[in-house]
Amino acid sequence: MSEAGGTAVVGARALRKEYGRDAGLVRAVDGVDLDVAAGETLAVMGPSGCGKSTLLHLLGGLDRPTSGELWLAGQRIDRLGERALARLRREAVGFVFQAFHLMDELTAAENVELPALLAGVPPRKARRRATGLLEQVGLADRAGFLPSALSGGQRQRVAVARALANEPLVVLADEPTGNLDSESTLDVLRLFDSLHTAGQTLVIVTHDARIAATADRLISMRDGAFIDQTRLTGGSTGTLGALAGLEG
Amino acid sequence: MGRAPRSRIILGRTVLIWRLAGRDLRHRPAQALLLLLAITAATATLTLGLALHGVTSQPYQRTRAATRGPDLVAQLSGTPRRPGQRSPGPQVLGQVKALVHASGVTGHSGPYLLAGAVVRAHGRIAGVEAEGRSQTPAALDQPKVTAGSWVRGGGVVLERTFAEALGAGVGDQVTLNGRRFRVTGIAVAAAMPPYPNLCYTPGGGCPAPFPETPSPVNPHLGPGGIGLAWVTQPDARVLASSDAGSPAYVLNLKLKDPAGAQAFASAYNNAHQVAGAPLLNSWAGIRTADGLLVQGEQSVLSPGAWLACLLAVASVAVLAGGRMAEHTRRVGLLKAVGSTPGLVAAVLLAGNLILALAAAGAGLAAGWLAAPLITGPGAGLVGSPGAPSLTLPTAGLVVAVALAVALTATFVPAVRAARTSTVSALADAARPPRRRAGLIALSARLPVPLLLGVRLTARRPRRAVLSAASVAITATGIVAVLTFHATAGLEASGGPGGLGNPVYDRDEQMLTVLTIVLVTLAVLNVIVTAWATVLDARHSSALARALGATPQQVSAGVSAAQLLPALPGALLGIPLGVGLFAAANGAGTRVLAIPPAWWLAAAVLGTLVTVAGLTTIPARIGARRPAAAILQSELA
Repeated sequence: MSEAGGTAVVGARALRKEYGRDAGLVRAVDGVDLDVAAGETLAVMGPSGCGKSTLLHLLGGLDRPTSGELWLAGQRIDRLGERALARLRREAVGFVFQAFHLMDELTAAENVELPALLAGVPPRKARRRATGLLEQVGLADRAGFLPSALSGGQRQRVAVARALANEPLVVLADEPTGNLDSESTLDVLRLFDSLHTAGQTLVIVTHDARIAATADRLISMRDGAFIDQTRLTGGSTGTLGALAGLEG
Repeated sequence: MGRAPRSRIILGRTVLIWRLAGRDLRHRPAQALLLLLAITAATATLTLGLALHGVTSQPYQRTRAATRGPDLVAQLSGTPRRPGQRSPGPQVLGQVKALVHASGVTGHSGPYLLAGAVVRAHGRIAGVEAEGRSQTPAALDQPKVTAGSWVRGGGVVLERTFAEALGAGVGDQVTLNGRRFRVTGIAVAAAMPPYPNLCYTPGGGCPAPFPETPSPVNPHLGPGGIGLAWVTQPDARVLASSDAGSPAYVLNLKLKDPAGAQAFASAYNNAHQVAGAPLLNSWAGIRTADGLLVQGEQSVLSPGAWLACLLAVASVAVLAGGRMAEHTRRVGLLKAVGSTPGLVAAVLLAGNLILALAAAGAGLAAGWLAAPLITGPGAGLVGSPGAPSLTLPTAGLVVAVALAVALTATFVPAVRAARTSTVSALADAARPPRRRAGLIALSARLPVPLLLGVRLTARRPRRAVLSAASVAITATGIVAVLTFHATAGLEASGGPGGLGNPVYDRDEQMLTVLTIVLVTLAVLNVIVTAWATVLDARHSSALARALGATPQQVSAGVSAAQLLPALPGALLGIPLGVGLFAAANGAGTRVLAIPPAWWLAAAVLGTLVTVAGLTTIPARIGARRPAAAILQSELA
């Protein structure tokens, strides 16, 4: 395909991101080509500092590439202005961060409804949607709790619910289980499993092989470049948690 | 390993504290400069306020010496004059004889006839007390001619401040009670206070009646619109011939003990409280009336200086809080290498104390140099007070206030930083924000910039209060100036004379200086508050952008967070400003005009627009920082 459009929800061509210059030049992402199909779960693995998170930020329009093309839902986004990128993030992308990044002073429900409010959804409708999402992630009884009163796994589930608030085309998860214990990791994996089953496009950056094994496709990264791609079967056919070996 | 002696440990720690504090100041020069400016402005204003005390004493004494000023001035009133009468009547002559032979009186001049007249010059009209004088110099109270020459027939010598207000100079034609006179000279004297306080001598009032209606005396100023002039004795008699009432005279007395003049006058006035009895004014009382020229400045500057100090506290508190937010990681590092909480607090305090000391020095110098510009003695006195003497108590008070400002503003954040756990400080964890459920629910119904602004404001209520207080203090200064102008306008339009009033000119000058200081401090405050908000909100702003808010919405949110407390602050400044002016102007004793509604509305709107404009720059800079980098740094 000449452009990363077609059926791909997310695409990149010769994507490059550099920091510094001359002797201090660092290529965080070094000439990456990528297509993520609708409904696909893609895992990106690699050691710390290999450029996984930078790639994710580029794909979500949170950072700008040094060169190359970026496509989202058939639209080229690397030349868009900040305002258009913000609208795109609001409508087409949901982020899940390793550190959760919940607002400390907002309850779980208020955190989840925030993207909808930023998108101009009426408050009641935003709250109804947030309540439904919290139910979906199994935290309906924690809607009025502040993040400080939730466990790590619960916080990450709230973050996932927030990522889904505006029904995005793609959810980009950056080490979503990096700060969690095994039990909480399992909770989050189950959640991703249900999203996967529901046809949600997912890009998960991780250095945990057990998480990566649950995807449809696994890309290995090193020094900013893709060094290997593997298509897996477990992600689309089996139970993610079981394949990850986390269930007894 | 042996333990070092306690004195060496203390010395070592002190050196370490100062070294760390000094390095920190050099590392963040912009913040240090802002702090320095804030405290300097406050201390300079305070120095000015303190410098105004007693500034008129010295020039009055010079004038008194240059004019052979009397120790006592007696106002005498006689019986109605007969046509052609040249000398005072027997009643006045009897009073004069009694006074000049009183115990302790060693010399005298006069009695001189005083004629109340209406003077017209260059289309201006005023009341004047025209004193009939000999063309030969008097041994006691000989006014010092500063331009032109002394009295001669058909000529008039005007008191210098009065001449300035009339706009009259040597050679000009004026009329007194309709008769034409040429201004032959301009002079100063110590026997009567200069315009516009001629009739404000204690227990006094203008002795000579005014013949003409409508009265030239401004109905709002009372006797404040009357000046002093000297004419020849025959001309004074002609002017006095149109007086409806009794003639008035002044008699100048010299005492053996000038220092006892006030006691002499009080004793005499108390013993002679019958109608028609002479009224004595001492040189000390006249000096006090001279001081009225700067009394308004004093009453404006003193509360203004304290307002400026309050603003400086607000500035320094916000700056210190913001610095602490940036220092969190440094605090963690200090603690990780073994610093005690006390040492950490001392390092943070020391930096601001160094700045406070430097600012106190700069403020003292600036106030001392600026004082002569606003404490000039006025045209009615000779000589200039020059730079006021910088006494040790004044310097001590200014330094103490500067240190107190820095300590008050820094103490809480320093202690809070010192108490922060080492782990969370190393993780650069921000102080947990406050939750205001009602505001969060309300903000959900607002447009995105207001939603973000309300939530930012609610996160840090103390900063919002400081911001509101800062704007309220500034608006207070601005509204006080507007009230002054409205009042001055009313008074000017109330009188027929159209004369300038040097007291109002000085008050206006003072209020303008004060407003400039307050506005400068407020500008600093707005910038540092916005900067602190941007710094504190960097994570939530980055997250909002990750969730789809545009940079414009985020920067508008930061601006809204400044405007929300600024609005009540600006509104509160209206009653406070009017109240400040009323208090400084002598509540209940002078006329007070509330400025027109559109003036006040313009002041509030102007304040808000300025706040919005000043906030835009730090808000936009903050919104431009890459969201991904900020969110990533939270993991570091």
